[in-house]
Amino acid sequence: MVHLTINGQVVQANDGEMLLDVIKRMGIDIPAICQHDAVEPFGSCRLCTVEITKADWDGWKNYVTSCLYPVADGLIVNTHSETVNEIRKTLLDLYLARHPNSLFVRKLAAEHGVTKTSYEEIPDGDDCILCGLCTRICERMGFSAISTVGRGHSKEVAPPLKEAPPDCVGCLACAQCCPTGHIKFSEEGASRSIWGKQFEKIACSKCGKLTITKEFADSLSETRNIPREYFDVCDDCRRKEIALTMGRLAQWSREEETV
Amino acid sequence: MRIDKPAQLTKLRKELVAVEKKHTKKIMICCGPGCLANGAAKIVEEFRKVLKKKHIRGFKIEALKETGCHGFCERGPLVIIEPRGTFYTKVKPKDVEEIINESIRKDETVERLLYDDPSNGHKIERYNDIPFYSHQQRIALRNLGHIDQYKIEDYIVADGYNALVKALTKMKPDEIIAEVTTSGLRGRGGAGFSTGRKWATCAKAEDTPHYVICNGDEGDPGAFMDRSIMEGDPHSVLEGMIIAAYAVGAHEGYIYVREEYPLAIENLKLAIHQATEYGFLGENILGSGFSLTLNVSRGGGAFVCGESSALMKSVAGEVGEPRAKYVRSVLKGFHDKPTVLNNVETYANIPVIIDKGGEWFAGIGTPGSSGTKAFSLVGKVRNTGLIEVPMGTKLREIIYDIGGGILDNRPFKAVQTGGPSGGCLPEEKLDLPVDFDTLTEAYSMMGSGGMIVMDDHTCVVDLAKYFLAFLVEESCGKCVPCREGLFQLHAMVKKISEGQGIEEDIEKMEKLSDVIIKSSLCGLGKSGPNPFLSTVRYFRDEYLAHIRDKKCPAKVCRELIRFDIIADKCDGCTACLSACAFDAITGKKNEVHVIDQDKCTKCGACEAVCTRNAIEVS
Ligand SMILES: Cc1cc2nc3c(=O)[nH]c(=O)nc-3n(C[C@H](O)[C@H](O)[C@H](O)COP(=O)(O)O)c2cc1C
Ligand code: SF4
Ligand code: SF4
Ligand code: SF4
Ligand code: SF4
Ligand code: FES
Ligand code: FES
Repeated sequence: MVHLTINGQVVQANDGEMLLDVIKRMGIDIPAICQHDAVEPFGSCRLCTVEITKADWDGWKNYVTSCLYPVADGLIVNTHSETVNEIRKTLLDLYLARHPNSLFVRKLAAEHGVTKTSYEEIPDGDDCILCGLCTRICERMGFSAISTVGRGHSKEVAPPLKEAPPDCVGCLACAQCCPTGHIKFSEEGASRSIWGKQFEKIACSKCGKLTITKEFADSLSETRNIPREYFDVCDDCRRKEIALTMGRLAQWSREEETV
Repeated sequence: MRIDKPAQLTKLRKELVAVEKKHTKKIMICCGPGCLANGAAKIVEEFRKVLKKKHIRGFKIEALKETGCHGFCERGPLVIIEPRGTFYTKVKPKDVEEIINESIRKDETVERLLYDDPSNGHKIERYNDIPFYSHQQRIALRNLGHIDQYKIEDYIVADGYNALVKALTKMKPDEIIAEVTTSGLRGRGGAGFSTGRKWATCAKAEDTPHYVICNGDEGDPGAFMDRSIMEGDPHSVLEGMIIAAYAVGAHEGYIYVREEYPLAIENLKLAIHQATEYGFLGENILGSGFSLTLNVSRGGGAFVCGESSALMKSVAGEVGEPRAKYVRSVLKGFHDKPTVLNNVETYANIPVIIDKGGEWFAGIGTPGSSGTKAFSLVGKVRNTGLIEVPMGTKLREIIYDIGGGILDNRPFKAVQTGGPSGGCLPEEKLDLPVDFDTLTEAYSMMGSGGMIVMDDHTCVVDLAKYFLAFLVEESCGKCVPCREGLFQLHAMVKKISEGQGIEEDIEKMEKLSDVIIKSSLCGLGKSGPNPFLSTVRYFRDEYLAHIRDKKCPAKVCRELIRFDIIADKCDGCTACLSACAFDAITGKKNEVHVIDQDKCTKCGACEAVCTRNAIEVS
């Protein structure tokens, strides 16, 4: 257990926790858009930056990203100091210049009082804010089908060689976690398309409902050691089946009792 | 031959020294990066050919040495005749026979190839008498130019691996660390962190295994100190690393070299092979029971790969992108294990510190920054090259005494230190004693030791634009302040250079710089705004001239200058007309020529060829 002060309030935290965890728990709202509980903190958006100091730092202050900074005893944290607000506003201003068409960015910037960028706008700026959530989620799922390529201002998220990614199983995890909706996919009947790759979904052998892609099922069955047949039935039907079995069991034991 | 006992090395050295002493004359051919680029390989070939053809009594071919960079690259290719130290400059293959006749057969010199002092035109025979060399003190570069870069035997003759013997047989790891701490050595790769403290932290770390890594990425454009050491004296780096590994308890190490340095990679690999054969590396080093393997790792070539966390990822085979860390890499580095990462020059200093003692080293330089520092001195000075001076040497001494002053006697304008994200110091800072702290206090930095001298033809706005463009290009793009912030900063400097800026821009740029510095993830972003900040600090008027008067005082920024032909001076020689690639000049022979401003791209080609100074830039 450690004790620290956040915005003037003394709080307790567990060793190894990050500042952001505690800040969120206290109900303090700070933007943290490259952070997701499913993956390790990354530190690319810098919006979660806070000001820290300690009593014995002689007034010296440091600016750190709270998603990555471990809690420590005696830390004095300010989540909304004048400098922190200035940093956040400037970063959002920069975001807005780069992604003027992104609704997500526009909304977030507006919440912090930035409605128009003061920098040179990139008119055809795309929606990808390079938060790296998609690549990290995909890696976490064990696929690493996509990655960032290039560097600096021309960095982008793409499959290898920008061709249909061989390792993608069409799980959609990347698209679902993308905060800006940059990752496009389409569904038509049993087929799904993402990153330029086509997939067929499995139809439940009982009810015919479409579930996950065949590739995803193959991979799960292989890596998690689950029989492949498991995925032939959809979750609903499987639940129903279990319920029926349970029911039969219950009836059977009741019959036993009456005998 | 494997050396298992210290006595064997002493004996071997004696034998090797005896062999060396038999060479009454030695021909040292500089094969450093600069001289190779100027044709040193041809010189070596020619020497071998001529020496083979003409047998010279008492001269053995082993006395012909291919050395690393001797330092004075501007005068290369260099050939030095030892032990006299006769210094031949700008040698061409056709000079070789004459050098052999005069300097090897006889004790004469080839006068025309000697260095001529630009201040008085006098010839100077020996390099030690040339001001470029006489103002230097060499520790890290001690062997460069003096030993054959391919021969471990030459390194041993130069007392090489003496320090290793001392460290392994007479010192405990903590005594070594104490010695390095006493020396006050600070990392030469940029941040200037105490090497002793770093080693101590790693040695104490409980997690195992420990690693040692050498940073040979040297991404600063124009810098070649580390390259020269790795190529010309690779064993000094190895010896430093082996001592470090022993001190911190590491048994595996990596030398990370940028791919653009193939010769450094080759020479390091050769050196590792030789050192292993002699038993300085590998299992049971010198019979001490301590083992270490070293590997050379090829860098991807991106500037940011020199940053510690990116480098460690790159060595591990991952994408070289900096990792946000509030746990230092000395505790959680390579493979998340305790890791000592030091720069090439840092390691090269270690054997000397162990040999002569930390106190000795601490006595050189300034109290806060001990020892010497190597710089690659480039730009508009007469004597460009690789130099090493005690910390605390004044900029003026470096630029005027060693550097020989500004080319063509033009006025000095500024000196850029610390690489692309370093700072620019003006004339009034010329008496600044150079060390880690004084440079930082003057809003520049030591960096890894690049030093670019500029004359009055340099426009600081243009300069800031150039370095910012480099950093925008090299930003890894992971975090927003660096990726987008530097991009916008560059765009604004560019606007000013085109006469499109407004005065408020400067303040806005200063604020943006502050945010970039405070919120970027790694050192690249954190120092990225420096090219702008340091130039605007010392040369604000020049920025204002671009903004208010739409003028570039240095006459560099194309959008703000024009080229005109002064009718009175033009004699119609047509030189400019043929030089202009854009057909912007019209005029008949012997008649005054005219520049069409609509077509002129301000390339400056006409000005360069006009012998009558008829072309005016305004
Ligand atoms: C963007 C960036 C580039 C760097 N490039 C180099 C480099 O090329 N060589 C180097 O030795 N250190 C470089 N550094 C510094 C390293 O991160 C690290 O501090 C150094 O290698 C540690 O060794 P030292 O203590 O011996 O200096 C760089 C740092 C940053 C932020
Ligand atoms: S859909 Fe493909 S790219 Fe996206 S997370 Fe799943 S496997 Fe990775
Ligand atoms: S595609 Fe979406 S999730 Fe991936 S980096 Fe871009 S914004 Fe983030
Ligand atoms: S500061 Fe620049 S180079 Fe460093 S991590 Fe951020 S984007 Fe990459
Ligand atoms: S500056 Fe270049 S383009 Fe302009 S007139 Fe001279 S040579 Fe031609
Ligand atoms: S949440 Fe993006 S840097 Fe912390
Ligand atoms: S390369 Fe020959 S003197 Fe530098």
